[in-house]
Amino acid sequence: MFKYSLPAAVLATAVLFAQSTVAQEAASMPQQSAAMAASAPRDPALKPVFTEFGGKQGLMSLMDDFMDNLVADPRTRPYFENADREHIKAELVDQFCVILDGPCTYTGKSMASAHRNLGINRAGFNALVEDLQKAMSKHDIPFRAQNKLLAKLAPMHSAVITKK
Amino acid sequence: MQTHRKSRTALLIGLAMAGGLSSAMASAADTGGSQFSNKLLLTGGVSQIEGSAGGGLTPWAVIGGYGTQDEIGGNAFYTRLNLPDYHLDDVGALVGFYNRVEVSFAQQRFNTEQVGGALGLGNGFTFTQNVIGVKVRLFGDVVLDQNSWMPQVSIGIQHKKNDQAAVLRFIGAKSDQGNDYYISATKLFLSQSLLVNATLRYTKANQIGILGFGGDKNNAYKPEFEGSVAYLLSRNWAIGAEYRQKPNNLGIAKEDNWYDAFVAWAPTKHVSLTLAYADLGNIVIKQKQRGMYASVQVAF
Ligand code: HEM
Repeated sequence: MFKYSLPAAVLATAVLFAQSTVAQEAASMPQQSAAMAASAPRDPALKPVFTEFGGKQGLMSLMDDFMDNLVADPRTRPYFENADREHIKAELVDQFCVILDGPCTYTGKSMASAHRNLGINRAGFNALVEDLQKAMSKHDIPFRAQNKLLAKLAPMHSAVITKK
Repeated sequence: MQTHRKSRTALLIGLAMAGGLSSAMASAADTGGSQFSNKLLLTGGVSQIEGSAGGGLTPWAVIGGYGTQDEIGGNAFYTRLNLPDYHLDDVGALVGFYNRVEVSFAQQRFNTEQVGGALGLGNGFTFTQNVIGVKVRLFGDVVLDQNSWMPQVSIGIQHKKNDQAAVLRFIGAKSDQGNDYYISATKLFLSQSLLVNATLRYTKANQIGILGFGGDKNNAYKPEFEGSVAYLLSRNWAIGAEYRQKPNNLGIAKEDNWYDAFVAWAPTKHVSLTLAYADLGNIVIKQKQRGMYASVQVAF
């Protein structure tokens, strides 16, 4: 009896949690700020991770390498070669800084409006994540800290990926 | 016996070196950012013992190959399992279509070594089983769904055919072929660097089919639970453990649940190497079948 109730319980719990977290997120945020907050969801629990990234200074030099990778990577180059890269880097610094509970404000666009017309697909999204991973590893940011940031960025896929 | 052991060790080391070498070549070729493999490293699992993408023992909900929605990806594997009284050679390949459907094939050759002789089958008597698998992702995205508890969920079927019908009938198995049906839920807790999988398998297979399907004690489908946890140490390294519950259908050959602890290394997307210590418990007349599991997988 126990043999079958364990897996059933695991599945049921997973589905229940999924539904309740989705419901909560939808309920707890007013419509307009939700879009902005979704671009840079501040999480006080990530303060120590901000330090592991070397603070704002660390984020600025990280973004230099990240953007270099994006331009070197044939999968992402077409999107960035004619863009205002300095501007994007500055916005990314603020965005990551806010997510990691640093002393910054994100004043850039929402992820949906920034990426609306770019026609980004899943492969392009993954390519960008890889280029970010490479840059973070080059900056000796601990793998666990990297994943804490990536876990906050991953949900933005629904706003960024517009091409199926 | 002594030389036998030595040749096994040599094989394992050879396997490890082959993996290392091809990975060195692959990483040289990898620096440009490849065009065809766009999933993230290690999130596609490895090839499990029946050929589906998963851990070593159990299938996961992931679709194998590094292809995304727009892509087709595939890989091939060779696995060797060395036990005190038996060994298993396992080769196969899979293709993943658009991160939706996975089709796999595996051939398992289970060598009974001296046990075959003791049972009158002859030393080195071998059961060969072919497995064709199809898996379909129902919903969820193991990597991207980080703001909900929703796992990636897939269902699958593994059709198995064993080549020793007469021997299987003799030991009490009801059939030399069978289907396993499973549902898998895989969740990556990225902020914890932890991947968890739960699989429920409906099966009649005795020792995954090596000893046929159904038996004198039971000939009905039963749900069996399989679980894996993997902790990602870095982009290239993961460690973890697995559990696989099994039926016990044959009166003459008690069957135990399986366990393993593994370390997986994926230096690039083109190659991964998995080493595990597996405990398969009792197999026919031999207790405590514990040994090394080594697997190389090459992606294309
Ligand atoms: C989670 C993933 C991503 C995050 C967090 C992110 C973040 C940002 C930010 C903060 C901006 C600046 C917005 C502003 O100008 O106010 C931006 C712009 C941009 N992003 Fe992304 N981005 C992501 C994924 C991608 C991907 C996958 C691509 C393409 C492969 C991409 C291409 C661009 C481009 C080309 C711009 C400039 C658009 C313009 O010129 O207005 N982004 N992104």
